Amino acid sequence: MSNRKLERVVITGLGVVAPNAVNVEEFHNALQTGTSGLRHVKELERLNFGCQVAGTPQLSQELINSHLTPLQQRGFNASGMLYGIIAGKEAYADAGLTLAAQDDALMDFGIIMGTGQSGGAKYREAIHLIDEGKVRRLGSTSVIQTMSSGISAWLAGELGAGNLVTSNSSACSTGTEALIMGYERIRQGKAKQMLVGATSDSGPYIWGGFDAMRILPTGYNDDPTAASRPFSSDAAGFVPGSGAGALVLESLSSAIDRRATIYAEVSGGALNAGGHRGDGSMTAPNGAAVQRVIRMALNDANVAANQIDVINGHMTATGKDAYEVNNWVKALERSGSTFPWMNSFKSSIGHCLAAAGAIELIGCVLQLQRGTIYQNNNINSLHKDIAAVVDPGRIPTTTIDLDIQYLMKASFGFGDVNACVVLKKYES
Amino acid sequence: MTTTEIQDQLFAIVKIYLPQDVDASAINKDSHLMNDLNINSAHLVDIALDVEDAFDITLDEKDMEAMQTVDDAIQIVKTKTTG
Repeated sequence: MSNRKLERVVITGLGVVAPNAVNVEEFHNALQTGTSGLRHVKELERLNFGCQVAGTPQLSQELINSHLTPLQQRGFNASGMLYGIIAGKEAYADAGLTLAAQDDALMDFGIIMGTGQSGGAKYREAIHLIDEGKVRRLGSTSVIQTMSSGISAWLAGELGAGNLVTSNSSACSTGTEALIMGYERIRQGKAKQMLVGATSDSGPYIWGGFDAMRILPTGYNDDPTAASRPFSSDAAGFVPGSGAGALVLESLSSAIDRRATIYAEVSGGALNAGGHRGDGSMTAPNGAAVQRVIRMALNDANVAANQIDVINGHMTATGKDAYEVNNWVKALERSGSTFPWMNSFKSSIGHCLAAAGAIELIGCVLQLQRGTIYQNNNINSLHKDIAAVVDPGRIPTTTIDLDIQYLMKASFGFGDVNACVVLKKYES
Repeated sequence: MTTTEIQDQLFAIVKIYLPQDVDASAINKDSHLMNDLNINSAHLVDIALDVEDAFDITLDEKDMEAMQTVDDAIQIVKTKTTG
């Protein structure tokens, strides 16, 4: 590694496509008022899903037309890519960056937009044609919609990225991982701007496997907005969601040179895994590793645990919620009324899987920039194992205004993988 | 089917695949799909599929290679539909 001074990294652009909002301002309003994007999905009922509640972004044809040409829409059947394209282009425009010239890629601009898988519905089309012996009927659009790096490749072409263009994949920690990877790249001086984030398909082919695992709530098909209940004693499983979040990360010097609007600073972050050891497994987190990644992120940010004002948890509304809170308590060595404020956006957007971290990071940045903590919804009574360690008042059920200096966000994923980031309010 | 009818249908198919900066008025009989109209090479397979659907014919590898200009396509369709 070179001896060059590490760059400070700030956030200069945001874009979001979520179940309860399809742009940043709408998202702020929805989170502030606890507006749910969870709905009963007829298709899931027809297909005999146990959980027929899900979060799907409500896109108008007009919005789609403003981001994709008629030719690009031909044969297009990859919902996650669609969300990612819209969020990515909006974040880029929000940052005030200009498209690359016709013959010159932007050498200092790269993209890491992650995903769990791409274009499940498109892949299904292809599988049927292939099985019928009609492989040549696939046309040219099958590969670009189903390759995992499709979203980053697409955006690279639209914007003209000439630095690293790739897609990471680490299940439900993908979005937060992408931010940390982009942050590290800029910090090391290898890029000036990185578009980072993640996207996830909607529909039965992405959600089906989770339904089969019986980890989704089945008792709320008639009451969809009550289905996702993080922190609550009656949390019954996560509600599947979908969408995309995208952020433009930029070196502080580049942002200042461009006189860009700076939303927040990325103070530090960490990635690790539990190795399916201890109480960790393919589907459950190793608590020691969770605590370790939180401490690693603090260390990377050079911030003390008692400086953290707000935590935005992974908190999916499963039996693991209390375990997560207890891991935060141990890692930060704070409990009761000294525990930071904590929330989860999953009560209103569900668990957007690979995109979860990216979409929730948009909310985190807005909380920091606007000095607010969005409300938690659907908490009947706090889970007893949470109430035992944290003052219930620290988990607000109404939106509160508060000047926030430091916020921590974590995401955990299947595979026993963890991502944790420290964001800081930016003051020039 | 007359040559003009075939040509009109082909123009309509090709038009869909034009890049944003190429106007439909640029399409004529002698237009080279890639060199003159700047159509992305990946889309040639999509044009071939659309031609198959429009005229209810099947294009083999040789036909697709021969289909360089709009007129090439007209001749191929003519042969296949009268054959």
